[in-house]
Amino acid sequence: MIGLPQASGFAGRVDGLFDTLLALSGVVVLGVFVVMIWFCVKYRHGSSADRKGEAHRHLGVELTWTLIPMAMFIGLFAWSVKLWVVLRTPPADATPIYVVAKQWMWKVQHVGGQREINTLHVPLGQPIRLVMTSQDVIHSFYVPAFRVKQDVLPDRYTDLWFTATKTGTYHLFCAEFCGTDHARMGGEVVVMTPADYANWLHAHAGTGLAAQGAAMFRRFGCSGCHDPHAGVHAPDLDNLYGSTVPLANGSQVLADERYLHDAIMLPKLQVAAGYAPIMPSYQDRIDESDVLALIAYLKSRSNHPEIVDEYR
Amino acid sequence: MSTAERIAPSYLEEGFSLRSWLGTRDHKRIAILYALGITFFFFLGGLAAALIRLELVTPAGDVLSAETYNKVFTFHGVVMVWFFLIPSIPATLGNFLLPLMIGARDMAFPRLNLFSWYLYIVGGLFTIACLLLGGVDTGWTFYTPFSTMFSNSNVMLAVVGVFVVGFSSIFTGLNFIVTIHTMRAPGMTWFRLPLFVWSMYAVALVMMLATPVLAMTLALIALERLFGVGIFDPALGGDPLLFQHFFWFYSHPAVYIMVLPAMGVVSELITAGVRRRIFGYKFMVWAIVGIAVVGFLVWGHHMFVSGQSMYAGIIFSILSFIIAVPSAIKVFNWTATLYKGDISFTAPLLYALGFVGLFMLGGLTGLFLAATALDVSLTDTYFVVAHFHYIMVGGSVMAYLGGIHYWWPKITGRLYSEAWARFAAILMFFGFNLTFFPQYVLGWEGMPRRYHEYLPQYQVLNVLSSAGATILAVSYLLPLGYLLWSLRHGARAGANPWNAQGLEWTTPSPPTLHNFEETPQVTGGPYAYEQP
Repeated sequence: MIGLPQASGFAGRVDGLFDTLLALSGVVVLGVFVVMIWFCVKYRHGSSADRKGEAHRHLGVELTWTLIPMAMFIGLFAWSVKLWVVLRTPPADATPIYVVAKQWMWKVQHVGGQREINTLHVPLGQPIRLVMTSQDVIHSFYVPAFRVKQDVLPDRYTDLWFTATKTGTYHLFCAEFCGTDHARMGGEVVVMTPADYANWLHAHAGTGLAAQGAAMFRRFGCSGCHDPHAGVHAPDLDNLYGSTVPLANGSQVLADERYLHDAIMLPKLQVAAGYAPIMPSYQDRIDESDVLALIAYLKSRSNHPEIVDEYR
Repeated sequence: MSTAERIAPSYLEEGFSLRSWLGTRDHKRIAILYALGITFFFFLGGLAAALIRLELVTPAGDVLSAETYNKVFTFHGVVMVWFFLIPSIPATLGNFLLPLMIGARDMAFPRLNLFSWYLYIVGGLFTIACLLLGGVDTGWTFYTPFSTMFSNSNVMLAVVGVFVVGFSSIFTGLNFIVTIHTMRAPGMTWFRLPLFVWSMYAVALVMMLATPVLAMTLALIALERLFGVGIFDPALGGDPLLFQHFFWFYSHPAVYIMVLPAMGVVSELITAGVRRRIFGYKFMVWAIVGIAVVGFLVWGHHMFVSGQSMYAGIIFSILSFIIAVPSAIKVFNWTATLYKGDISFTAPLLYALGFVGLFMLGGLTGLFLAATALDVSLTDTYFVVAHFHYIMVGGSVMAYLGGIHYWWPKITGRLYSEAWARFAAILMFFGFNLTFFPQYVLGWEGMPRRYHEYLPQYQVLNVLSSAGATILAVSYLLPLGYLLWSLRHGARAGANPWNAQGLEWTTPSPPTLHNFEETPQVTGGPYAYEQP
């Protein structure tokens, strides 16, 4: 399509479907318009066209123009779903980058501790998985050149993945109306060669995200209860991420990012079996970026692999 | 001149006092009351649209502040959806024509009918109060938690307005259903009903089943906003996506509340203009019913990127493709109705043909949005804005105006100027396409909707769209002018100026209070135009 670069692995495939549908629609519109105009001219009032006879048997015609579109629709659906599943299933080796949206900016945290606002630097040719959440209302992360968009919600992590295929700078938009400065909640995605990206990471390296989380773990007093030597009966957090946690209500939950987030912010929601519900909520004391650092720290204490949840 | 045959005075001559109007139980007068309200809100909502298009002429946000812009598009949406589109055809043409078309004297519940109008007005007053007190900035969709915990505008007034007007819809739906079930003239069997009546029946069912969900959802917003009960806001333990499910469970069927009546109107207009039976009557009926039923099962296609699961996306995608089938059937049948017709290009037929063309473009672009992988790119961009304006403005408004022209002689007893009306219909078709076609391209090129400022690369298409909007505005003002002019200066209409079929044309123009002197006996199906 004119004007819009194809800068991700999806772009060409999405455009292929789009162009096919566009061509099919064009044929249908043209066909119906031609027939309509032909009838309108031929059977205009006063013309001498033959109007005798009436087609009483409509069934064949009706079935034709019911079943043919139906078959086409199912074909298009199948094609689209195939692509949809790819779009929604991040590969296990995708590099996670954390994104927190708030009115009206995008805050990005890399695993190495690099932070950016309204800009996202990514390497060429490597699958990237954005793990995103919002600090307030619903936002939506949209990069037209990549053909990707995903809403960012305040109560969960949503993810979005892509592999950039062309170096350059591309527009980033917020696509879900989020209040006064919605139109200004934009930025850019910078795609760099792996070598340039490595340099960029090096130049902007800070304390790693997990190390930041470790510091917070002490600062917010988490270690006071969750340290193995603490006197309080609290769950051990080693190998927690990625494990299956039995809950007090008898059910089980996979300790993914959302579980860890909720355990910090809304601890009463899912109480681990065998523990008193004494964990206080940190909702008013920790912001979403800090929660992400804490999660990174907990991930560093776990041998379980990164969970790439296809149910999201 | 039909007064020669007339025994009783027309419904317009039954009383001239304000009280005879505001206290009327005559379905025809109630239809006129609605028409006044709807016209007022249409031009008010149109004014908001004009401000939006003016702002978007330049990339910078230089005419309105961001806050005002957000309030203006919210007002445009709320007014156009709930105070114009949803009541437009059902409450005016439906109210006026339903009893006439089935051979009844009035609606089943005339008092409830008037009460529905008062609810509409009360809802409208809340909405106007909301505007005067500073407006609301949530978008017509009231997405949570923005609407409940973050917006500082008059959310409650807007919510109450919509809540109240919803009951107007529910009662109108109830009235239609009971009327169609119980008051059909002898011989008026279900498969002899004009398609317009079928569309009113389907729409009444949708109104009754879907609108209560909206009322409930709005009540929950009020609970959360006023009392901090955690339903949608995660900070209170709520779920923001729950709101979207509730909202679209109503608002997607609401799209069919807006377009099914238009399909009904167009079927009447085409058969009268072409002087042929409708092609495939039963398929048309089942298509209406099919759309109404499946319309309840596709709401999740508004939420493909919302955080809804991938599998839900797949189910909603296939159902959305399937609902396109009955729409396609209708377009093909309307086209086939032209075959071997005796076609006079009157203004109503021009409006109807315009509807078919624009509805087809709107419907086909709906397939793009039903395809999940494409929707990821297209949702929340101008592509969606263009798509639903093709259906609702290109489709429903064209059909509404076509219907107003077609039945104008029946409603008012006067003939309007055909030349002006044809000119307006053609102008509207071109103005509409110039306004909204560029928005498809804008959307595909990535311009998000609800943007007060935009990147300079999108300017050319936005200027085209705004230019089209001025033409469109002229084409909407024209009918207002020549139709009002005809009330005083138009030639008097006979009972059946189009020489059309249908019970409504057997009554005098305008009809008498009780519509029919004697209960009509129906002996055949609709559209019994003579075939050579």
